[in-house]
Amino acid sequence: MTFTASQLLALLPLLLTTGAMVALMLAIAWKRCDDTAFVVTIAGLNLALFSLPIVMAQGDQGVTPLLQIDGYAVFYMGLVLIGALATCTFGRSWLKGYPDNREEFYLLLLIATAGGLVLAGSRHLASLYIGIEMLTLPMFGLVGYAYRERHSLEASIKYMVLSAAATAFLLFGMALLYAQAGSLSFSDLGLTLATTPAHHPLLMGGLGLMLVGFAFKLSLAPFHLWTPDVYEGAPAPVATFLATVSKIAVFCVLLRFYLAVPAAADPMIHWLLAAMAVVSIVIGNLLALLQTNIKRMMGYSSISHFGYLLAVIVASRLGQMPVEAAGVYLLMYLFTSLGAFGVISMMSSPYRGKDADSLHSYRGLFWRRPYLTAVLTVMMLSLAGIPMTLGFIGKFYLIGVTVDAKLWWLSGAIVLGSALGLYYYLRVMVTLYLREPGMQLRDAKGDWAITSGGLVVLLSAALVVALGLYPQPVISLVQGFQNVVLH
Amino acid sequence: MITPWMNAHLLTFLVFAPFIWGVLLMLFPERQAPLVKLLAILGATGILAIAAVQLLRAQPDVLGRVAVERFHWFSAVGIPVEYHLSVDGLNIWLVILTVFLVPLTMLGTWHSLSHKAGTALALFLMLESGMLGALVAQDLLLFYLFWEAMLLPMYFLIGVWGGSERRYAATKFMLFTLSGSLLWLVALLYMAGKAGSFSPAVMAQAAAALPGSAQNLLFLAFAVAFAIKVPLFPLHTWLPDAHTEAPTAGSVILAGVLLKLGSYGFLRFAIPIFPDAALHFAKPMAALSVIAIVYGALVAMMQTDIKKLVAYSSVSHMGFVMLGIASMTLIGTQGAMLQMLNHGISTGALFLLVGMIYDRAHTRRIADFGGVATKMPVFTAFFLIVTLSSIGLPLTNGFAGEFLILNGTYLSGFGWGRAMACVATLGVLLSAAYMLWMVKRVFWGPANPDPESGTAHLHADLNLREIAVMLPLVALIFWMGIHPSTFLAHSEAHVARALVQAQAPAPRGAAVLPEVK
Repeated sequence: MTFTASQLLALLPLLLTTGAMVALMLAIAWKRCDDTAFVVTIAGLNLALFSLPIVMAQGDQGVTPLLQIDGYAVFYMGLVLIGALATCTFGRSWLKGYPDNREEFYLLLLIATAGGLVLAGSRHLASLYIGIEMLTLPMFGLVGYAYRERHSLEASIKYMVLSAAATAFLLFGMALLYAQAGSLSFSDLGLTLATTPAHHPLLMGGLGLMLVGFAFKLSLAPFHLWTPDVYEGAPAPVATFLATVSKIAVFCVLLRFYLAVPAAADPMIHWLLAAMAVVSIVIGNLLALLQTNIKRMMGYSSISHFGYLLAVIVASRLGQMPVEAAGVYLLMYLFTSLGAFGVISMMSSPYRGKDADSLHSYRGLFWRRPYLTAVLTVMMLSLAGIPMTLGFIGKFYLIGVTVDAKLWWLSGAIVLGSALGLYYYLRVMVTLYLREPGMQLRDAKGDWAITSGGLVVLLSAALVVALGLYPQPVISLVQGFQNVVLH
Repeated sequence: MITPWMNAHLLTFLVFAPFIWGVLLMLFPERQAPLVKLLAILGATGILAIAAVQLLRAQPDVLGRVAVERFHWFSAVGIPVEYHLSVDGLNIWLVILTVFLVPLTMLGTWHSLSHKAGTALALFLMLESGMLGALVAQDLLLFYLFWEAMLLPMYFLIGVWGGSERRYAATKFMLFTLSGSLLWLVALLYMAGKAGSFSPAVMAQAAAALPGSAQNLLFLAFAVAFAIKVPLFPLHTWLPDAHTEAPTAGSVILAGVLLKLGSYGFLRFAIPIFPDAALHFAKPMAALSVIAIVYGALVAMMQTDIKKLVAYSSVSHMGFVMLGIASMTLIGTQGAMLQMLNHGISTGALFLLVGMIYDRAHTRRIADFGGVATKMPVFTAFFLIVTLSSIGLPLTNGFAGEFLILNGTYLSGFGWGRAMACVATLGVLLSAAYMLWMVKRVFWGPANPDPESGTAHLHADLNLREIAVMLPLVALIFWMGIHPSTFLAHSEAHVARALVQAQAPAPRGAAVLPEVK
């Protein structure tokens, strides 16, 4: 197989990230230094991010049967890289107090990011599987990075066992599909299953088993049970990564798969997806109401957000708009989660045992750290979908798409979920502004705003507000990238 | 002095200047609180001056608009959203009421906000921005944005600066209003998808093409969101909590302006977009309004807390506004327009007065007072005037509004209209009962002998600052009572046009509009 120059250029983000990975490994072998590790990682990820315009200029490139680097892939690669970069900056502040080897944090992060990049461009079940595993395996190490904490270790083991089980489902589902179609590429699968009659129960079984795997990674009900524990146990920067990059990449490939394989739109799968969306929205929001730990609450809230997004998948065959809606919503979700988890990271940095994640630590925060609190407030408002934030534009798109598709049950579920969601996001906000401070176990450092993580947090808040007021750039951006995906 | 840019972007300036001013004030350190208060009041007064001069001086165009701004803003889900602001006959006085009440309230509650006053005043200015934005927005999505955005500052004002149950009250306030508007958002997006636009005029055309049942459902989605804000019985339960827990300034603005946005939403959007459905639901709406009038008055009578009494009287008074709107007659709707302003002035003034006595006595229980008239004669005089205006005594503003509304209900086309007018008139009687009974127990009689009572803590009558706050309100009470046409003239053409649209297709008895002079 030969690569043309433009195919190689299309692979630039992946090559640069893996390059940084190798460089970092060599650097660690030569001399341990967490500053070097940070610089190498940041440089590699930034180069990858800035190579995206070059990739875009190459147009739609199929690179080996495994990868399709089109506008859709470039868009999601951008989201993955931004999420990874932010995680690095949060991680750096957090690692300042970490007593053991710090360099491997960056290494694991780079591997996982490379997995995310593969998923963004995946058009083949093999690359899908490789991508998901590359994304997931380093997460075991990252989630358990604070292994001296019982919670962290427990989360890591829980995530590993359940994830392995989910992967097994995914693999078996793929095998069943392969048995039907004799091919692993999305387009061949779509074509074969559409033209030749397949054994229906086996086909549904295959798709259903794959769905279990996806649902686990996206923490959709009823496969969501790991989420709160892992979110709580994982160090705050890792939870950031888990909530953003790992979910966005998996969602991206799920949407591409769903669109490419018409058999996936079978009424049974359609209803299954719709039911999972409704259940995720309801369970996620209801259980979030009961949480007193902000990381657990964010875990449940992410269950409901991906429930909303699943509604987009259900509607996705009805034209360009749902794909656009998914792009806008995920962009919103990325920046909002980065901001929210960023604040939690700031509060928990440097490492000093358990994170500052109980709502207690945030009581009356406004009167001590007004700007940090303003950021968290903006993020809560955005997650709740209040106007003047990017979150509203996302919700606007979701409701618009479901109403347009006449999926009344799903619009109803989104409305109900948003109403429930308001309640717990408001609760966090009230806590922040309480007059009487709680026990000040943890606090952000005084100079949080001039650390790199602080800048990321402030920047995301500024973006969430500015783009909420004038969303046209986001919408144009998403439209520009996503017109490429559907043929 | 006023540049051409200002003239072209007057409304943008009015909407965003308070917000920007508020953000700037937030940057001041806490120990500068008196300076911040002064700057906030000066800023709000400046906005008032500019708004009053520019809006009242401008010549209206064919559609009665005195100021317009219109740009393409963005396109989402394939539907263009416009940045479309305008002030016309329907909202001009509500805009002026808003910019008038804000500086007055700030001055009136100078000492009430002890804790982090700078931040509270900054939020207050942001609230002003949100309310003005919602009042002047002509694009439905823009209206929705401002409608929700104005809740946030109010949420914080109640939740941080409120009374002992503030968290509960603030959360309830937010949940009620936001859940209602979520359902509305679905209807809004459905209509926008049908019309391909968020402009009410285009939507009205698209709505006319829909089957009647769909129109009714959509109208209900709009109506519930607005009715929660009004609040119309039985969706009113958040109001007493919010009012009781809110700081004085919050209560004044909540009663004075925020509630009006609900009834304004009916007049501006719900009825013009779905005229047939509005006629269809006019009778149930009127019935609920009458229930609100009587129920609010009866519950008010039973209150032991002055502020809660005023809060329930709000439910009753806003019932009058909704009754006027539901009558779908020119005279009733005009009465509703006037009653909105009346309620803003009278109830706002009542809340200010309650705040003034609370600052001195630190209690609001009626039983803790008695004989206040001997200790605070000036305060008593003001309270009495406002009470009479709230009751609707002739020559005060309350009379003109309630008279027009009852008249409109009597003339309305639907059956039982006359009976409803009669029952609603009972509400006027009841309002006299609860207000005067409260006045009797608080102000008259011998001074409360208990040394721990509220009356014992009243050491000083109103000072000059407080008198300066009350005087313009009292002046307005009489002006609106004696010469209401100042305030009615602007909206008449607009209301008449809207009603002709609403009633033209319906072959009902009330098709011929009664003249109002």
